[in-house]
Amino acid sequence: MSKKDFQNVSLTVGPALAFLSVFFLAPLVIILLYSFLSRGAYGEIEFTFSLKNYASILDPLYLAILLRSLKLALLTTLFSLLIGYPVALSISQMAGKRQFIFLMLVIIPSWMNLLIKNYAWMVILRRQGLLNTALLTAGVIDEPLSLMFNEPAVLIGLAHTYLPFMVLPIYAALERLDRRLIEAARDLGANRWQTLWRIIFPQSIAGVLVGSILVFVPALGAFITPDLLGGANSLMVGNLIQNQFFQARDWPFGSALAICLMSMVLLALLIYARFAGRVGEERVL
Amino acid sequence: MMMNTLERRVILYFALIFLYLPAIVLVVYSFNDSRLMLTWQGFTLKWYVQLFTSPETGAALKNTLLVSLSATAVSVVLGALLGIGMHLYEFPGKRLIEALFYLPIIIPDIIMAIALLAFYVVVNLTLGYLSIILAHVAFQISFIAFVVKSRMQDFPHSVIEAARDLGATPFQALYRVILPLARPGVIAGALIAFTLSVDDFLITYFTAGVGTSTLPLRIYAMVKRGVTPDINALSTLILLATLALLYAGLKILHKPGEKHRQNNSMAK
Repeated sequence: MSKKDFQNVSLTVGPALAFLSVFFLAPLVIILLYSFLSRGAYGEIEFTFSLKNYASILDPLYLAILLRSLKLALLTTLFSLLIGYPVALSISQMAGKRQFIFLMLVIIPSWMNLLIKNYAWMVILRRQGLLNTALLTAGVIDEPLSLMFNEPAVLIGLAHTYLPFMVLPIYAALERLDRRLIEAARDLGANRWQTLWRIIFPQSIAGVLVGSILVFVPALGAFITPDLLGGANSLMVGNLIQNQFFQARDWPFGSALAICLMSMVLLALLIYARFAGRVGEERVL
Repeated sequence: MMMNTLERRVILYFALIFLYLPAIVLVVYSFNDSRLMLTWQGFTLKWYVQLFTSPETGAALKNTLLVSLSATAVSVVLGALLGIGMHLYEFPGKRLIEALFYLPIIIPDIIMAIALLAFYVVVNLTLGYLSIILAHVAFQISFIAFVVKSRMQDFPHSVIEAARDLGATPFQALYRVILPLARPGVIAGALIAFTLSVDDFLITYFTAGVGTSTLPLRIYAMVKRGVTPDINALSTLILLATLALLYAGLKILHKPGEKHRQNNSMAK
């Protein structure tokens, strides 16, 4: 690298690198260090090295919350895929102008503020909410159902938030699909399902993988959705971390949980990279 | 062309109803003259009036604008330079640095939120405007760099070489050639980053300390106290503002003939 090149790189990349080293990397390092310290009697940090925070994660109470987060994130991914795939396929089969309109219709809800989105579901799902009122008025039920403060409510909120992130990459993959292959399959006597499973789906796996990672990762670290729509029995790891920092004042344990969440995210990305490598598509993330 | 089957069309419309139902409910209820929000009791604007006369909401709006404008002003410079540098130059360790820059996009908000809070406590920075602004810059930079870099993909590399060959200093090349070409990406990136900043709840929640409220923090406090119609009115307004901002951002990003116009402005 010549002196001039070095100058150019320092001028452009340098400032952001310096800023993020201080306000992104250093904070992460602090969290990592905290996770090996312990909480004093008054919530202060005691500077003695220990692994007990990580051992506490294995406590059945906390482990259950971690496993629930994993389960809800996987279910959100699955649900988004089951709805998102047919949606992406429909859109990819439309004529040019219609395709653009429907694509925008899917994208626009993802611009809605997360807090407002989940609040809206509260308005719909709560005891005196829209759904209960509608069902009562229609005479389907005699008394309001408990639709909120449980796992299905959290699942609805998460799926609503991340569905567009599943549709877009799958659409992008299907849009590139060689249509002649579909015609060839039809000419050779394949029925709809055979065409879908043997011709269309294999060519869209790269999109499915990207969509799955885009849904799974933020769903795993969700805070607002389980906070507003979930109850005591549907907490996720994000709520537990927040609780350790604000109410319980056990920052070292909260930090260990955050490191654990981060490891799960990185593991998901690694698994994704392996699969994506096998599919032979370029890595998007 | 393959036709869409009936069941596929049913799923498509079900998905669209699912995606739009919450927004429609909020907008409709925000004009409903009923505190209990059960049935339609007639049209009213009183929730909006109540909102505009609330001093807390006014203060939160002022804080939001102050924080988001300041943060975006800083992050747009850092992010645009970063995007340009990552696009134009090859250097040792580039892949590692690139991975570092994607991390703030990928990492769950809650982790960034607690990490920044812990950092501020360690360096003894009082929580308030400054701590929020710095935190917002930290998550905005990557998004701006990403938009700028992707927008520059079809950038003619030869133009910069030509500028250099013709004796432009690196600063002249940046100011006269690179920045005009990167402009649509920079503007769109700034609009997206501004929206992210206005929208952010979690990172602000952890880095705000007591006494500094932004609109999302205000909504959260209101929601925690119970579902009320004035939240619907506030949500509706934020919804409209976000839509307008992002629509403008996309318009700038995908403007047809933009490339052509740039080439013209460059020729001047």
